[in-house]
Amino acid sequence: MGRIVLVCRLAVRDLRRRRTEAVLLLLAVMAATTTLTLGLVLRDAASTPYQNTRAATNGPDVVAGAWRSSELFALEELAGAPGVTDHSGPYPVIAAKLQAAGRTSDVQVMGRDAAPARVDQPELVHGAWVSDGGAVVEAAFATAFGVRVGDAVTLNGRPFRVAGVAVTAAMPPYPESSCLVRTGCINGPMPDGEDLPAALLHNPGLVWLTQADVRSLAPDPDAVSYVMNLKLADPQQAQAFSDTDHGYGGAARIQSWPEILAEATVLARDSQILLLIGAWLLGLLAVAGLSVLVGGRIADQTRRVGLLKAAGGTPSLVAAVLLAEYVLVAVIAAAAGLAVGSLAAPLLAESSAGLIGSAGTPSITMSTIGVVTAVAVAVAVVATAVPAVRAARSSTVNALNDSPRPPRRIGWLIAISARLPVPMLLAVRIAARRPRRIVLGVVSIAVTVSGVYVLLVLDAFLTTQPLAGGYGEAQVAVLRHILLVWTVILLSLAAVNAIVITWATVLDNRHSSALARALGATPREVSTALAAAQVLPALAGALVGAFAGGFALFGAINAITGGDRDRATLPSLWQLLVVVLATVVMVAVLTAVPALLGGRRTVTETLQAELA
Amino acid sequence: MSNAADTPVLRARGLRKAYGKGEGLVRAVDGVDLDIAAGETVAIMGPSGCGKSTLLHLLGGLDRPSAGEVLLHGRRIDDISEKALARMRRTAVGFVFQSFHLMEELTAIENVELSALLAGRSPRAARRRAADLLDQVGLADRARFLPAALSGGQRQRVAVARALSNEPLVVLADEPTGNLDSAATLDVLQLFESLHKSGQTLVIVTHDARIAATADRLISMRDGVFVDETRLTGGTTGQLGALAGLED
Repeated sequence: MGRIVLVCRLAVRDLRRRRTEAVLLLLAVMAATTTLTLGLVLRDAASTPYQNTRAATNGPDVVAGAWRSSELFALEELAGAPGVTDHSGPYPVIAAKLQAAGRTSDVQVMGRDAAPARVDQPELVHGAWVSDGGAVVEAAFATAFGVRVGDAVTLNGRPFRVAGVAVTAAMPPYPESSCLVRTGCINGPMPDGEDLPAALLHNPGLVWLTQADVRSLAPDPDAVSYVMNLKLADPQQAQAFSDTDHGYGGAARIQSWPEILAEATVLARDSQILLLIGAWLLGLLAVAGLSVLVGGRIADQTRRVGLLKAAGGTPSLVAAVLLAEYVLVAVIAAAAGLAVGSLAAPLLAESSAGLIGSAGTPSITMSTIGVVTAVAVAVAVVATAVPAVRAARSSTVNALNDSPRPPRRIGWLIAISARLPVPMLLAVRIAARRPRRIVLGVVSIAVTVSGVYVLLVLDAFLTTQPLAGGYGEAQVAVLRHILLVWTVILLSLAAVNAIVITWATVLDNRHSSALARALGATPREVSTALAAAQVLPALAGALVGAFAGGFALFGAINAITGGDRDRATLPSLWQLLVVVLATVVMVAVLTAVPALLGGRRTVTETLQAELA
Repeated sequence: MSNAADTPVLRARGLRKAYGKGEGLVRAVDGVDLDIAAGETVAIMGPSGCGKSTLLHLLGGLDRPSAGEVLLHGRRIDDISEKALARMRRTAVGFVFQSFHLMEELTAIENVELSALLAGRSPRAARRRAADLLDQVGLADRARFLPAALSGGQRQRVAVARALSNEPLVVLADEPTGNLDSAATLDVLQLFESLHKSGQTLVIVTHDARIAATADRLISMRDGVFVDETRLTGGTTGQLGALAGLED
């Protein structure tokens, strides 16, 4: 018990002693945990409005459709099938063209009774329910198409007035609408090079009229399809009911509420995938940044480690003290990430148009808490393990003398550098002294640039292909929010990493920089070398990220989402070169201040310090 | 009428260096005048904290004086830019430090050639010069050893070779034997002896009387000022070990 108290006390005291670094550590881990939390809660957040809508509209457990009147018998028999407790319909449905304010859209028009239905009575968001000459428009479609209560519209050229705007749980909101008509529908972009039937509906919206109005709009009775909403005794059996062959020779097509839910939350699913991939990228960046930060901190704690060991601390106790410090930060970061992520989720969740209730009431489940905490602790342990074990194993005498860790020697790099101008000679040698730090720098930039590559692809996709992937404008806006969050967090963390790595390099090279100056290197040459030691790995990382990492990451996202890579516009060569150049310039700018400070340290004080 | 031969290699006039202010003011160097002729070896002695090392840093342009002038071969160096100072150090001054200050990741020959590379010499010329110098200091067979594999005396000889790399006007040595045992001290003393013979100008800061005895001139320093100056008769050439009590 005493040991645990000692370990905790030492960890907390050291964190309080170095508050700025503790805050940086906290922010780095928090960026990853927040994004991970967002990814994990978003799906739950999106499914809640559907459940709200299902409850408010007494939504069906199963929706059954028949293409023509001759198949109506199948619907009537389904209404009496075992397990079915209630139903509404069959209702007639036709395909039509809706026009309003100069815009035209395909729609499916459903005929409903003016009286409320027992199953699937769409919930009005605005206005009134259907009446002769009065149309009700599905809410997501109304938002996307820009129509409001009172607007004049035409359906197949006949004038109607928008009487209301409503939501339903019997089909996913626009533009994911289920297809109820025989002519067929296609959601999302039109496939290139395919000869599609002219009658095929493209991204159809949903409009409700009275049954009389629907029948009067139908060019002939054969053009009318039918839909029926069924309630089951056990809603959980809806999928099994849908999968069962009811023996009508395919006359009735059945869709269960879980299938509708899956389609209604497709955007949330895509958003979630993006956020989870973002979380992993940020996790990698956090590991890279933390490794350097922790390595630097532990190098500063050499004397403390020596004192602990001299006082009888075993190597495992020393490692435990060092690990405890960072695990404590990770746990706090996990808690903060869970809080911020759950609060921010509503801002990124799908617009509630088309469904009832805010999407912003996500619940943090125990599994989410577990996963986020485990990832945060794993990031801290992975980043801390090497320096902590190295410190624990160090010689007590050397630690008490505060001897710095000896630099690495990479002979071939030293030989090559002799042929370079002075700043590059020093830069290459600075880089060669700590190869692990250079690898972390390259990884950090490669991960960031890979993320930027994917952002460019997704941004181009959302810009050049309206309704791409079946997304409406509101949904595109949601995805853009997510991409913005990605970009800001990714670039911020990469910037923090660049500064942290440079500063660690400056501190680590205090002596060699001072010596180089004593031997005749100018402050400018030393500053340039310190900055170049970061810029060179940044260039390598940017090239890897732009020309390999980004493509691989995009491929991975496509593989996970089942996306069509051919449909995406990959960044052009000049865009990639601009990204590489911009990365190098940004790293140079970010490292300029620490490098300048490093190049101007007093030579005599630094060299004398070794004698103290 | 003066000519170049009469011009001291190093001259200081009214040199002062102070740290802190008010009651905490410390005058590390307090009004020093000094002339060092070409080929001369000058030893500066005094107790710890008397300002010897600070004076050496001021003379070599590693630090700037609070007042006074430093002239290297007739040219003032106390008021020139950091860049010009760095260039001056490359070509005109060689430093030898008490704790060697070798790059741990560089071999002996790579450490020696570093000064030449910084001065812009070609890699081949720098390597050739470094090999010659290591040969001169008796470490040709240790050229590819890392500092960690060398003894204290060998490290200091590498540092001396590095200081000579660019054929400096003056070598400034700060307690060059302070970290060495007797045998290593003898090695370094013999090295300085050979430099002295070859006409290299040397300024050695030490509080070891045995080192001071090898100089042409001995200056005693206390509380930042020179308190005594003794001209020795051409050092102790040929009797170094016996005089210094390092040999039986």
